[in-house]
Amino acid sequence: MKLRSLALVAALSALASGAYADSDGAKVKVGMITTLSGGGASLGIDARDGFMLAVKQSGNENIEVVIEDDQRKPDIAVQVADKMIQSEKVDVMTGLIFSNLAMAVVPSAVAQGKFYLSVNAGPSALAGKGCNPNYFSVAYQNDNLHEAAGAYAKEAGYKKSFILAPNYPAGVDSLTGYKRFYQGDLAGELLTKLGQTDYASEIAQIRASGADSVFFFLPGGMGISFLKQYADSGVDIPVVGPAFSFDQGILQAVGDAALGVVNTSQWGKDLDNAANAAFVETFQAEYDRLPSLYAAQGFDTANLLLSAMDKASVTDADAFRAALKAADFPSVRGKFKFNTNNHPIQNIYVREVIKEGDVYTNKIIGTALEDHGDAYAAECKM
Amino acid sequence: MSPILLAEQVLNGLQLGVMLFVMAAGLTLVFGVMGLINLAHGSLFMVGAFAAAAVAGATGSFLLALVAALAAAAAAGALIEVLVIRRLYDRDHLDQVLATFALILIFSEGTRWIFGSFPLYLNVPDYLSGPVTLPGGIQYPLYRLTLIAIGLAIAGGLFALISKTRLGIQIRAGENDREMIAALGVDISKLYTIVFALGAALAGLAGALVGAIQSVQVGMGEPVLIVAFVVIVIGGIGSIKGALVGAILVGLTDTLGGVLLPELFKLFMDNSTASSAGSALASMLIYILMAGVLIWKPTGLFGAST
Repeated sequence: MKLRSLALVAALSALASGAYADSDGAKVKVGMITTLSGGGASLGIDARDGFMLAVKQSGNENIEVVIEDDQRKPDIAVQVADKMIQSEKVDVMTGLIFSNLAMAVVPSAVAQGKFYLSVNAGPSALAGKGCNPNYFSVAYQNDNLHEAAGAYAKEAGYKKSFILAPNYPAGVDSLTGYKRFYQGDLAGELLTKLGQTDYASEIAQIRASGADSVFFFLPGGMGISFLKQYADSGVDIPVVGPAFSFDQGILQAVGDAALGVVNTSQWGKDLDNAANAAFVETFQAEYDRLPSLYAAQGFDTANLLLSAMDKASVTDADAFRAALKAADFPSVRGKFKFNTNNHPIQNIYVREVIKEGDVYTNKIIGTALEDHGDAYAAECKM
Repeated sequence: MSPILLAEQVLNGLQLGVMLFVMAAGLTLVFGVMGLINLAHGSLFMVGAFAAAAVAGATGSFLLALVAALAAAAAAGALIEVLVIRRLYDRDHLDQVLATFALILIFSEGTRWIFGSFPLYLNVPDYLSGPVTLPGGIQYPLYRLTLIAIGLAIAGGLFALISKTRLGIQIRAGENDREMIAALGVDISKLYTIVFALGAALAGLAGALVGAIQSVQVGMGEPVLIVAFVVIVIGGIGSIKGALVGAILVGLTDTLGGVLLPELFKLFMDNSTASSAGSALASMLIYILMAGVLIWKPTGLFGAST
């Protein structure tokens, strides 16, 4: 009896998904929670604009996107997520920029059977033991760009790096990531205050340390302050960092101080592939500014989702999950696929800050790591 | 640690201190004279920085940018005093905190509405950029030396204003007994507006000066505001002299603590642990200093004893 009803359910659901595949896919409701106000707003706005550009270009009317601001506060993000799951009944969630917010929202969302596609945050806790079949990180695993910076420093022959990052989990992870691939001696290692604006004291220590290179991870305004003060101090030790402090949105605020600085990124606006050329051109036409890394990540996330919607119905979770995992979409990064832990395997490039006319931007000058996964995939059992 | 590095760090501490003083002076005047807790003081700092960035971008002149910062912050200060703050003098501190917190949100989102979410560009002018060599072979940025000089000049100017001018007499009288100077025929509401605008202008100037070496972005005033409150509590609320001494104490403690504590911990820990433990303790140091001062002198170093 039991077996028979199970078989019946299976047959019915197969029918149902077949029926959906015949019509052009079920409706998908997307809940996007991202940072649209406060200090981190420019990141969330870029990710949203990139995402919505892809949705608009697809002309797919079966996708509905609900967008809410998390104010960069974990408690707000959790409230919004609960509302989206319970009353909006979204199928797929996305949008969170900051890892501490992702840690507050993602585990419970995927536990309730929702899909979560990350446009930016990729904390190590969700890449290793805490991985989940319904969680896909479309951007990177948090350590990746720092690992690439370390690989670049080793390749460039630096022997004595001075490294600094803010004293919070992602900051400590960044130093670990750098050291994982750099493997040389350290002239010094500093953890600064989160949100610190004055780096005079750190710069004096860098000057006195006899370092041959400086690695820093100071996202947002912290990086702007550091670079301006570093340039003004007259210290001329070469600087390496992840793309976050050299992104399109903040380069204009740094100005000449950033020129020539080497940074690592899985994307650049000059990456040579058709999808990227079209993306950069249409983004500029739509929003009248150059796209940033976050915009590219948002754009790829939406295209991944759209590609899965073409193949399977979201009501058939297994088929939809397999369609997501196939990553069958034209990424602006060129080569892109998912690792066993649903995190990207991709190239990470070395970029240099240049000036094009009046605009500061990045130029790709090499590849730091090819087909790079992450250090946590082996711990992921799913 | 070499003596040169130590001397450079003392200069850094001094520079941080005088900029904190310019910020805290307005805060302590407003609290001393009007008895008002103004959380929106950080927003005026931001207004100054944004006005300076906008004018510097349009004209290319740093001096004009500073003038614009002073004018914009003073105007914003006078405006909110007349529209909002004036209604709060007789209310208790909780109402003041609530209303001025609302002002922070209004200023932040208003600034975003006008200037957008991306940080603005404001840089040190060419004639002040780059390092100079001081006696003893210390390489030190010229702009930071200029900040120290400007900060000390403002301190001198404020002392002269308070002790030598008629406005200064009224301010001191206002601190001692508000009802009495009103009864003596001083136009108290005009005095309040002037003091508030003066404090706002100083905050705006600090924002513009510091904005040139930091990131000009929405919300940049709030971290400074917290430290400025620590400064005036240490110095004694209402005292300009206290604000100066408190600011320099906080500047030196913060800078030297951040450098020396990790070094100290390295004597008996490995590098990574010493760095994280040292920097964690260093970020608490100014609050420990504040607690220590309050235990020793509950009204602050130069506060009026009650």
